[in-house]
This record gives sequence, structure tokens and C-alpha cells, in this order.
Amino acid sequence: MISYLPRYIFNFIFFTLIQVLVLNNIQLSGYVNPYLYILFIITLPFETPGWLLLLLGFSSGMVVDVFSDTPGMHASATVFMSYLRPYVLRLFAPREEYQPGTIPTMGYYGISWFLRYSVILVLAHHTFLFFIEVFSLAHFFSTFLRIVSSSVFTILLILVAQLFSQGKKQGR
Amino acid sequence: MRNFIRFIVKYHFAILFFIIEAVSLLLVLNYNAYQRSSFLSSSSAVSGGIFKRFNAGAEYLMLREINEDLARENAYLRSRMPESFRASRDYFNLVNDSASMQEYIYRSARVINNSTNRRFNYITLNKGRLNGIEPEMGVISNKGAVGIVKNVSDNYSTVISVINTRLKISAKLKESGFFGSLEWDGTSYQHVYLLDIPRHANVNVGDLVVTSGYSSIFPAGILLGNVEDVALDKGASFYRIRVKLSVDFKNLAFVEVIGHTSSDEQINLEKETEDD
Repeated sequence: MISYLPRYIFNFIFFTLIQVLVLNNIQLSGYVNPYLYILFIITLPFETPGWLLLLLGFSSGMVVDVFSDTPGMHASATVFMSYLRPYVLRLFAPREEYQPGTIPTMGYYGISWFLRYSVILVLAHHTFLFFIEVFSLAHFFSTFLRIVSSSVFTILLILVAQLFSQGKKQGR
Repeated sequence: MRNFIRFIVKYHFAILFFIIEAVSLLLVLNYNAYQRSSFLSSSSAVSGGIFKRFNAGAEYLMLREINEDLARENAYLRSRMPESFRASRDYFNLVNDSASMQEYIYRSARVINNSTNRRFNYITLNKGRLNGIEPEMGVISNKGAVGIVKNVSDNYSTVISVINTRLKISAKLKESGFFGSLEWDGTSYQHVYLLDIPRHANVNVGDLVVTSGYSSIFPAGILLGNVEDVALDKGASFYRIRVKLSVDFKNLAFVEVIGHTSSDEQINLEKETEDD
């Protein structure tokens, strides 16, 4: 468990910087805003205790909030996603349970498992975030379109990031 | 008591979730109060410093356009020099005439962070309280109005941008003088809407939209954009006018912050009148 520490500290800083310096400046047709920083929460170890999960979700969301002048918005969405994570993990548990010493990544459990798992969390996060941002149901359709298109983009980025970290592991 | 503790231990995950979620939602709802404290915004020392460093690199890639803009502005300023005007003999001026007092002071600043893809877009500038910038000052670029200063720290300041659904600017049609409020609908970063123009006003596509000067933030006549589309709903008494912004918010590097020397005087006078 302790041996994961440097890796996750690096992940936290790296994904946050990518998010606030690069991805926050991306805009395609006014609808697409990818949010890659949630990959940090998605790939935390299975054994992460619940309270730590929520606190990490809060702090990673808050850091992005500080940089984009939206106090609380990302934090609340990320906390919501962290809360759902244990239930989603239980829902998709393989028949022989999760092996000790593994983490929820594509490298250990394959692309189809990882897609099912991350799509649900990404959709939950984006839905919460965009509705908090608009704070009404008035623009329901356009918000819905933003959720779907941004989720697609985020999931693509997550897959690319996963492929990179997978390649690194095999190289060792 | 023991049952209570057992209950908390059993459901600690859900309870903690509700507490943290409530805290973050409170942050969202108390947004304006927290903005004022500027502790959690991008004008704070840490995030401002990181943006500044990153921006030094990004700016290099835009040098060409920035140079063109600066050259154009130089030419404009030179045309305003005293040498560019013919002295007239029948013009008298009292030394202490209050009309000749300087009313607006301009301070140049550099944009170090900027967003166009959210509903609430903000700009961070590299100057702050120590450079004389205060909240509620207007910000313009050489192409037109940019926004209003929201928060200042010692060395940085955040600007609420024209393309922010929280901002409304008092604007008027330059040709006819009718005034209304300018609002962004949160979709395209190049367009805003001018509302509250009565239906008897004469509006044409291409008309210039400028600031009205009724608030003490912007001087009158600063360009905002031009009319692109005029719509009148059936039975509505006001036009819905789409305005193409003159400022390209995707490409913003140098701005000027406008200080109004007698804004307190104007605000106090207006308040006094309202209280009567």
C-alpha cells in the first residue's frame, strides 16, 4: 500500500496540472470540456478506505476549483463520484473477486471491464458538474448535450492515458 | 449512546459523504462571499504564480499578433498627441476648470490566465493592489471592452469577463442612442445579446454597440461590438439583438484597466438621490 504513495502523489500533481494548464483551455464548438483529473480518483487502490477516498475526491476537485475560479463546483462533483466508486466496484466485481496487490486499471482487468467501470463514474461526475454549473433545469437539452460530448472526450483521454501507463509497466 | 456510536461507525461513509458534499455545495452557494476573500481564487499567490510562468511560454507563440496589435495601438496613440492637433485661437481654457480635469486613468496590464469555455469566464491579470488596481474598475483592450475587475490581491487581479453569464453591462446603440443591457447566454464566445431595446427603436444590422457610460465603470463610447441579428418575438415589446463582440477573447494578451478618479463622488450622489 505504502509503495503506491509516490505514484499517486505524482498522478495527483500531473493530472491537476494537465487539467488547469492544457485541458481547461480546450474548447470545441462550445460543448466539449474534457476533465481528465478524475482519473486520479478512478485508479486509486481497491483497499483505499472510504473516508480517505472522499477526502481525496474533495481535495482534487478543490484544487481544480481554485485554478478555475469556481469554488465548490468541481469539489462537489468529485466527492459525489468518490462516493459512488465503492458501489460501482462491487457491481462489476469479477467472479473470483479483485486480487490483492492489483489496482483498478486497464492493465490488470482488461479494456471491457475498465470501460464499463469508468464510463459510469465519468457520466456521474459530468452530470453532477454540469447541472451544478447551470444550477437549473432550464437549459436541459443543451446541458445534456454538453454532458454526453464531454464524457466521450474525457473517456477517450482516459483510455489514452491508460495505454501510456500500461506501456510503461511492460517495459520494466 | 452506544447504539448511536455504533450507528455512526456503521454508516460513517455515507455520513461523511453528506458532510463533505454539504460543505462543497455551501461553497458554491456562498460563491460571492468567497470571491471577495480571494483566498480560493486564481488571483492568490500560488495559482497566480503558476499561471504567470506557464503564460510566459504560451505568449511566445502569439508574438506576431501581439506585435501587430501593439503597432496599431501606437499609431492610434500618436494620433492623439498634442502635436497631431491644430491649435485654435478661439479656444479659451481656465486653468482650474473642472472640465479639464483628468477623469479616467489608464493602467496597462498583461493577461496571464483566461478562459472562454465555461459559463463563468474569468481573466487573471499580472497587476494588483500595489499597482493601484481596485475592484469594480473597467478593463478594455485596444479592440473594445473586456470586463470588470472582481478581486485584487497584492500582485494579481481577477476580471469577470464580458462572456460571463453573471455580468451585465449597460450598453447603447451608437447611432440611435437607445440603451439596454448586454448579457451573455453561455454558448458562443463571440456573441452576446443586447436586451431591453424598445420595439420603436430603429436597429439595423451592422450598427455599433458601445458602452453607455451610465455606470461609473466604463467611460461612454467604448466599443463592444456590432449588431449581427435583430429578432422581435411576437407580442414582445423589446428586441433581442445578437451582437458580435469586437474583442477576440481567444486571443487576449494586453489590456488596460480604467480608474475613474471621481467615481465615489458619482456613486454617493446617486445614492443620496435614491434615498430621498
